[in-house]
Amino acid sequence: MSAILSLAWKSLMNRKGSVLLTLLAVALSVALFLGVDKARTGAREGFGNTISGTELIVGAPTGSVNLLLYSVFRMGSATAEISWPTYQQIANRPDVDWAVPISLGDSHRGFRVMGTTTEYFDHYKYGRQQDLTLAEGARFDDLFDAVIGADVARELGYDIGSPMILSHGLGQADFGSGHDNRPFRVSGILAPTGTPVDQTVHVSLEAITAIHVGWETGAKNPLADTISEETIRSFDLTPKTVTAIFLGLERKGTILTTRREINTNRGEPLMAIIPSQALAELWSVTAIAERALLAVSIFVIAVGVVSILTSILTSLNERRREMSILRAVGARPGHIFTLLVLEAGLVGFLGALVGIILIHALLLVAGPMVAERFGISLIGTGLGLTDLYTLLAVTGAALLAGAIPAWMAFRRSLADGLSIRV
Amino acid sequence: MTDPVVSISDLRFAWAPGRDVLDIESFTLNAGERLFLRGASGTGKSTLLGIVAGVLEAGAGSVQILGHELTTLKPAARDRLRADHLGVIFQMFNLVPYLSVIGNVTLPLRFSPKRRAAIDGTEENEARRLLARLGLTDESLLSRRVSDLSVGQQQRVAAARALIGGPEIVIADEPTSALDAHVRDQFISLLSEEAQRTGAALLFVSHDAGLADHFDRAVDLSDINRAGVNA
Repeated sequence: MSAILSLAWKSLMNRKGSVLLTLLAVALSVALFLGVDKARTGAREGFGNTISGTELIVGAPTGSVNLLLYSVFRMGSATAEISWPTYQQIANRPDVDWAVPISLGDSHRGFRVMGTTTEYFDHYKYGRQQDLTLAEGARFDDLFDAVIGADVARELGYDIGSPMILSHGLGQADFGSGHDNRPFRVSGILAPTGTPVDQTVHVSLEAITAIHVGWETGAKNPLADTISEETIRSFDLTPKTVTAIFLGLERKGTILTTRREINTNRGEPLMAIIPSQALAELWSVTAIAERALLAVSIFVIAVGVVSILTSILTSLNERRREMSILRAVGARPGHIFTLLVLEAGLVGFLGALVGIILIHALLLVAGPMVAERFGISLIGTGLGLTDLYTLLAVTGAALLAGAIPAWMAFRRSLADGLSIRV
Repeated sequence: MTDPVVSISDLRFAWAPGRDVLDIESFTLNAGERLFLRGASGTGKSTLLGIVAGVLEAGAGSVQILGHELTTLKPAARDRLRADHLGVIFQMFNLVPYLSVIGNVTLPLRFSPKRRAAIDGTEENEARRLLARLGLTDESLLSRRVSDLSVGQQQRVAAARALIGGPEIVIADEPTSALDAHVRDQFISLLSEEAQRTGAALLFVSHDAGLADHFDRAVDLSDINRAGVNA
């Protein structure tokens, strides 16, 4: 066996050029597969870590995924709002520890604006109960202060003190549809979290009310610009409605009871969801795409293995003489079979090994960047069982693929005998 | 004279039923004998060599190699017998392209523990010794790729490979047909000398009757093959 293995190795080295190309094809396919797998695992973890520490999210009745999408992921929009008195009623429930209201609906150059209270920064947690931290500046204090997420700051190039004009609704700020009469300034920039928080502009609830003075009908009143900032500051800016409420409970054990009581609230109809449940529900939707991606990358590996098969099959004719020589010096047909299977296996094994090294080198270099930019944590997913199984599976598949040309050579070596055919 | 190393009687072989290529009543190769087997191409000599080497199976009759009846042996046992007791030299392109000169010479040892055991000293030294006997001493020659050697040099490497580990039988199938006359005669005498030194019986096959003088005995295949069909 070891004699044949060394023959297989020397034979491969003799065809270095084509073998290297085949090996590269396998390596890239394995790297792609493992990359997809690690991104998938990282994305799932990151996804599940989007929100933690919040026991219930309350909003107007809708689908639980929809409520999660607009309240946490800033996707889509609320069908209805919750009135301020209802918010107060929820916040004052004895089983509620804290209640943070949020108000959505405006945007700034493609980023959603969220009105909330400064308590949001105390209670919103992500990952393993990690707090939001400010990279620079301070929480909003003045009416027209804004705290922006890391992506907002990076993409728009904002620093502390940069002026911002919010636009009404979710489109770009055109002249006339914007709140250009009420400019904000950046008071703080949050550290990257890898969650939608990075793409959010946070302002106070009062600010949301303030910029909508003169917009009571849903469109801008021509007289809105005539109201001075001083006048606005003197108004009672308590919001009339909020979009959703994040709740923390006194005792975790009451979570189901509290949810039922909120869902069957006698006044305004409400809906409460448990974030982790809704996240799992949402993930099951994206899991289809994720599985499709994985399936595609498995097919790419199959293509890589087929390229091993092709390279050996094409070399088979020119190696007919070599097989006869080996037979003449005493090789059994089984040796010929083993030789070709081993060559295929070696290429598969080395290709997979190079692929694994490639993807891990890439993750080591690009991992921290990806984590910061896309919030997908790829580091810490180091060498694992997946890599080992992939290595074994690819080697196994290559050995199997090699059995096809090996069988052909085996049959041929029986038929050719000692006569050498060119 | 000792027992023959190859003994054939009433051998018949056909690639297709009813069309015999070989029909040989009797053929022997004695131990240490240098036998010239003349045969024009298409008279079944390659087939005969295939049968002696145990790669092809005789249709009928008896083929004994060193007392082993090939017709009753399993294919694996015939392969073992060939690896242990036979050296083969082809007409040309004898060498495995991805092995070094030394690697080619020692190739049979990978398949035969018996021939490996028959060597004094290292395999490489034995290969160098044999190559030197056959006139290949140049160190730079040995490190060259085998495809860069001249045909004459390649044939000598093939001869060294056939002789290594002292097999009892060396079969040479038209080994000189690609060589010019001067190189050919030199090759035959070197091969013949080395076979004698190691005690191997040499079965040398060629269509060129003019080479018969180099050998102990000459047999014309057309005289012993009653089939006489073009194959």
